Amino acid sequence: MSADGRPVLEVADLEVHYGLRRRRRRVLQGVSLSVACGETVGVIGETGSGKSTFARAVLGLVRASGGRILIDGEDVSRYSPRQWRALRRRGVVQYVFQDPLRSLDPDLPIEESLIEPLLVQGVGRKEAIERGRAYLARVRLDSELFGRLPGELSGGQRQRVAVARALVTEPALIILDEPVSALDSANRVGILEILKELRDAGVALIFISHDLGSVAGVADRVAVLYQGEFVEVGDARAVISAPRHPYARLLVGSAPTLRSAAASRAERDALRALLHA
Amino acid sequence: MTRTRSNATVTATVPAARPADPPAAHSPAVDVPAVDPPAVGSGDPPAAQAAVLAVRDVRIRDDVNDREIVHGVSFELRPGRAVGIVGESGSGKTLTCRAILGILPAHFAVAGGSIEIAGRDIARLTTPQWTDLRGSTISAVFQDPASYLNPSLKVGVQIAEVIQVKSGLRRRDARRRALELLTAVHLRDPELVYDQYTYELSGGMLQRVLIATAIAADPQVLIADEATTALDVTVQAEILDLLADLRERRGLALVVVSHDLAVVAQVCDEVLVMRAGEVVEHGATADVLYHPRHEYTRLLIAEHEQYGLDRYLADTDTDTGAGGGGEQRKELDGVR
Repeated sequence: MSADGRPVLEVADLEVHYGLRRRRRRVLQGVSLSVACGETVGVIGETGSGKSTFARAVLGLVRASGGRILIDGEDVSRYSPRQWRALRRRGVVQYVFQDPLRSLDPDLPIEESLIEPLLVQGVGRKEAIERGRAYLARVRLDSELFGRLPGELSGGQRQRVAVARALVTEPALIILDEPVSALDSANRVGILEILKELRDAGVALIFISHDLGSVAGVADRVAVLYQGEFVEVGDARAVISAPRHPYARLLVGSAPTLRSAAASRAERDALRALLHA
Repeated sequence: MTRTRSNATVTATVPAARPADPPAAHSPAVDVPAVDPPAVGSGDPPAAQAAVLAVRDVRIRDDVNDREIVHGVSFELRPGRAVGIVGESGSGKTLTCRAILGILPAHFAVAGGSIEIAGRDIARLTTPQWTDLRGSTISAVFQDPASYLNPSLKVGVQIAEVIQVKSGLRRRDARRRALELLTAVHLRDPELVYDQYTYELSGGMLQRVLIATAIAADPQVLIADEATTALDVTVQAEILDLLADLRERRGLALVVVSHDLAVVAQVCDEVLVMRAGEVVEHGATADVLYHPRHEYTRLLIAEHEQYGLDRYLADTDTDTGAGGGGEQRKELDGVR
């Protein structure tokens, strides 16, 4: 859990709009979340809930129209694009996407992709390679794959590379957007194990997913995003075993479980009716 | 795996007319809903009957490198029953479905075993016989509904087309029947959806449209191959609820294919676990969940227990020390 309780990320009343004038619509509203050092927070939301927008706003890839974002105690809400780039270069916050094939240069051997963030920071090539390899070992990637191109790796191996690349700058916070959604069981478990280790090592994680089930095993806290608002934030166990908001209840009741006891069809129908009323 | 041909195409391009006489081992009771056109919401699932689908030791070979890809799959499916196939990509689950539908990709062939649909051995079917069978006896929905619908035609018109071709109804009646089907798949505003195009509908709505098309000619068997994989969890639950509903109300037999054991467990009476073309586990759902014999099945279960919701839901139950499933859970602990 949290090492000293100091938040690495503080988001207060975040608001994001897309579109101009008459087409302007609100995507996020009154979103507040604080993430302590070494804490893992699961952000759950379905298509169109604004979960990726939330991640992008925290990384300065989308401009917030209201609210405050503090990274490591520093207010970044009014940062210029130039300041954002400098901040990202420092690598305090890193990002892992669902499909690493899109974020890894297809023409670059993975080892090169991995050390790039370090070279940008001015680390010498020899040291960068050494550190890069240490992280590839940490995500349990076979050393003979280091020279391969991303296209020559399996989906699970690529996602390991993406996690290792996020780690090389020793970030305080990693935001993972659907990191295991595209993976099969064995690889999913592999990545989740690595995430658990990172959490235990004190790295804060924001684990974004449409599937409550996939974050349940690693998250300390869970925030449920529905139509651009956090409708329920709390301890993972509490939210999953006793959700209060109707949407959170529907979400828990819809997740397929082996014991299929989460909710009956009638209960789900009642919750849907409640939400659409 | 290439998904070149679609169910919609398969059903939509077949010539008219139902099979004139019912096939040999075709139980008369099964035919009742098919004779009675709008059978929506009517008829109880028929009791114990002959299998509507019998797959016996089916082997599939890749002719290009002369390799066997699927090494013997067997199961039987009776009306109103559901069998699930679990496995990751490359396990052969989709190839098995395609073999059953007679739409294996180019250089793949059934190299051994037999498949019977409503008592007819499909190996001996001629092309016209196949077109009679598809849609009206066996039908399917796949993962990406948008790629099985024509983006330049209203979705309602595409359902009506299948009905006109398969049931020989006139245009106006086909439209009425299509609207009934859209209602049956719980679309909120069938009249509106009928006149919409694919880009105007969400993934969950499109999958409902596809299911409506697939059941338009009252098939006895519906294959759902990763039909809910691309959908949000709450929408997935809606579609699974819909399949359970069709099964109860129409006696539709289901083959549910998924990489997620929990999805299959929720809907099916019987589960096959496939890995690298091999069926490593096959049994009643409860047996597979509580007495898994193969290591791979245990891995699938462990994933849910350690990393899924089951972890908390199970813990809550254990804490209270109560609940009807206690005994089964103890058995499960033993397995762990």
